[in-house]
Amino acid sequence: MEIEQIEILEFLKRHPPFQELPAEQLQQVALSIDIGYFKAGSEILRFNEPLQALHLIRSGAVETYRRNGDLYNRMSEGGFFGEQGLLRGAKVRFPATALEDTLIYFIPDEIFQQLFDDNEFFADYVQVGDSERRKTSKASSQARADLLGATVSTLLSREPVTIGSDASVWQAAQLMTEQSVSSLLILDTEQHLAGIITDKDIRSRLVAPGLKSEIPVTDIMSANPVTIEQQQYIFEAMMLMLRHNLHHLPVLKRQQPVGVIAISDIIRFESQSSLYVVSRIFRQQTVDELQALVPDVHACFVRMVNEDANSQMIGSAMAAIGRSFKQRLLELAEAELGPPPVPYCFLALGSMARDEQLVLTDQDNALILDNRFDPRLHDDYFKQLASFVSDGLAACGYTYCTGKIMATNPEWRQPLHVWQQYFQNWISQPSAERLLHSSIFFDLDGVWGELKWAEQLQQLVSKLAQKQPLFLASMTRNALSRTPPLGFFKDFVMEQDGKQNNILNIKRRGTAPFVDLIRIHALAIGSTESNSFSRLQQIIAAKVLPKGRAEDLRDAFEVIAMTRIRHQAAALRNGEEPDNNVLPEQLSEFERKHLKEAFQVLSNAQKFLKFHFKA
Amino acid sequence: MLYLGPDQADQTKQDSTSTDWQQYYQQQAAIAKHPLLQQFYSNGMIAASTPISQVPLVAIDFETTGLSAEDNGIVSIGLVPFNLQRIFSSQARQWLLKPRFALTDNSVTVHRITHSEVSNAPDLSAVLPELLPLLAGKVAVVHYRQIERNFLAASVKVRLGESILFPVIDTLELEARLHRARPLSWWDKLRRRQQVSIRLDASRSRYQLPPYRPHHAVTDAIASAELFQAQLSHRYSPDTPVSELWC
Repeated sequence: MEIEQIEILEFLKRHPPFQELPAEQLQQVALSIDIGYFKAGSEILRFNEPLQALHLIRSGAVETYRRNGDLYNRMSEGGFFGEQGLLRGAKVRFPATALEDTLIYFIPDEIFQQLFDDNEFFADYVQVGDSERRKTSKASSQARADLLGATVSTLLSREPVTIGSDASVWQAAQLMTEQSVSSLLILDTEQHLAGIITDKDIRSRLVAPGLKSEIPVTDIMSANPVTIEQQQYIFEAMMLMLRHNLHHLPVLKRQQPVGVIAISDIIRFESQSSLYVVSRIFRQQTVDELQALVPDVHACFVRMVNEDANSQMIGSAMAAIGRSFKQRLLELAEAELGPPPVPYCFLALGSMARDEQLVLTDQDNALILDNRFDPRLHDDYFKQLASFVSDGLAACGYTYCTGKIMATNPEWRQPLHVWQQYFQNWISQPSAERLLHSSIFFDLDGVWGELKWAEQLQQLVSKLAQKQPLFLASMTRNALSRTPPLGFFKDFVMEQDGKQNNILNIKRRGTAPFVDLIRIHALAIGSTESNSFSRLQQIIAAKVLPKGRAEDLRDAFEVIAMTRIRHQAAALRNGEEPDNNVLPEQLSEFERKHLKEAFQVLSNAQKFLKFHFKA
Repeated sequence: MLYLGPDQADQTKQDSTSTDWQQYYQQQAAIAKHPLLQQFYSNGMIAASTPISQVPLVAIDFETTGLSAEDNGIVSIGLVPFNLQRIFSSQARQWLLKPRFALTDNSVTVHRITHSEVSNAPDLSAVLPELLPLLAGKVAVVHYRQIERNFLAASVKVRLGESILFPVIDTLELEARLHRARPLSWWDKLRRRQQVSIRLDASRSRYQLPPYRPHHAVTDAIASAELFQAQLSHRYSPDTPVSELWC
């Protein structure tokens, strides 16, 4: 029988956990619901007042707070609140305020309790949602705030333990034991940092090769180690450690070491532990074992999203994981094929090089070989190396590149001088195909081997591109071929020509044109950065855009990137294959509003680009 | 008796603020002959000075076979009681009715109620004993009052021999007060400025209320109740005397 509250019933059918209820129970819920309207800014629930209903958001957005006024949760259409109060004494525990004009469906306490008792799925959903939220807001609301907002100096608990560069390994080991530390900084005669040794270095570089402990500590230390300044953010430290797979990171203040942070100092800030995933990657012995880590990678991605990490953190963590897979595969390949006949550099291209990788990604890679490379003698080795890595990456979820931008393709397995020639030709004589190559290859990052060659290529691009207006104009024309939509109307995407689409490809219409646009400005100012946010920093510093425009770009890019990330995380949570196709009806009114504004920023920036580079 | 056809409708609007509905209900309770109407009026009406936050409200919506109360009939009635805090959709009611006049194909398309559904439905007279007590003592809220007030007046007159009249708050009229306060100037017309739409869905979207499937009596009644709560919270104090809103 059709009930009269059909709008309510239809709404419940669209939202978990209600949509999972049997039809009869769902009708009963729909029949029990009362409704109330709350103007933006008005109070919905006050602390400790009696609570009679579960509050389900029909439209609008709501924020709940802790007693001390800290934000507890923010929800939009389909979100619900008050369940904790109902389960614990029918009093309001988290006061709620309407963030936008909001319509609330009230589900009476007795119906809520009945669902909770009768329906295991419902109870799980409510409770898991509850504990998940509490976990993320307790362990991490503090940690998250710190990870994003606190500086490295807050992690330092003791002075660094140091020793002079004239000391022997034996003296160093003595000191480490005395002070019970696992790492030691080595200072030169001017008290500047010369290197670092760790327990592991002593094992692997002294004991294992059978050296005597009288040798100088400088013989086995890691010279010129990666460091961080004490006023940098904790999440930057995390990114550095991820990127270089470090377990100890010296902290400097005006060139002087003031401490060391260890991986364990950071892991407690980051429960999902992309750091753990990375360290596990390096412990796997076969491609099969690496493949078995894929679920962990996905879980890590979803948890970062749940814990409100920003797109830069997620993008660099996923890129670090991808890079680690490549590095480990190269180690395994060299173990199988033997050492390389001439030195090489393995390159990551595209999103991994930009530190903007997500879970759904193909492998773009290439090989720079030593200039002494002789195809007849050496290519067989590098062909096998490239295949090993490429097949291994495909097994680990990084699909083959359909455009054949892979080191398995002989065109992209060339000595350094050939690469330099490629890059010069692409810039001086742009054609459609070459422009496409430029947009892929100019976002490059050395992953393994002779990393300095990757840097040399970056320098080359930065030197040549900014002096070639024709090249920049051609890149601009290319970049403008992909435009953002105008906005949303009800459940479809409104195109700029008035056409309506039901699906929005958030990569093709959002993040990709953004990345293209930022790249062109970055090339124009001679930047050697690959990450879009780092490029924007330099664009801001170079003052080439009207005041405030680059900052708008940064915020708008974040909105679009996070929409894409949340969309993929939602797919993973539901056990579906993540993709880039966002259905407008899946977005909340809140998200649509912000997306629409972000698209507007992108559209204006494209117009400016066109004018600026006379495309 | 006090049946107001479409022509006189404007007149009610004229003296709306001066109508003393409490007094009117007292008079009618004494005059009315039909027991249903006697009962309806003897429930009384709140004083004109009552703050809107204290007023028991009921949102109603009729689906009809056409726009004129004289030549068309009611196909369905939806109602939902509410106040400024809550819309009691759990107590919402809906009746399908067999209209006095045949369904036109056009009206079938509009509200999707078919000939066969209606042919098994009761006549309004069978529903009045249930309907009138739900309206008694409450102030009705409608979107475009000409429909509900005139159709009920005309239909009740035919069946009970006496008409019925009650105060209504018209959410369309409240929107018109805001957006139609003055006609478009020649300058606006020159710039082809459009009148702001005060239809139900357009009005609702101005208060960020979600779109609903229209022309379903209970849904439209709930939609009007939500709109009224939104209008009140944005534009009126809860202490506003009901006399400033009803007519």
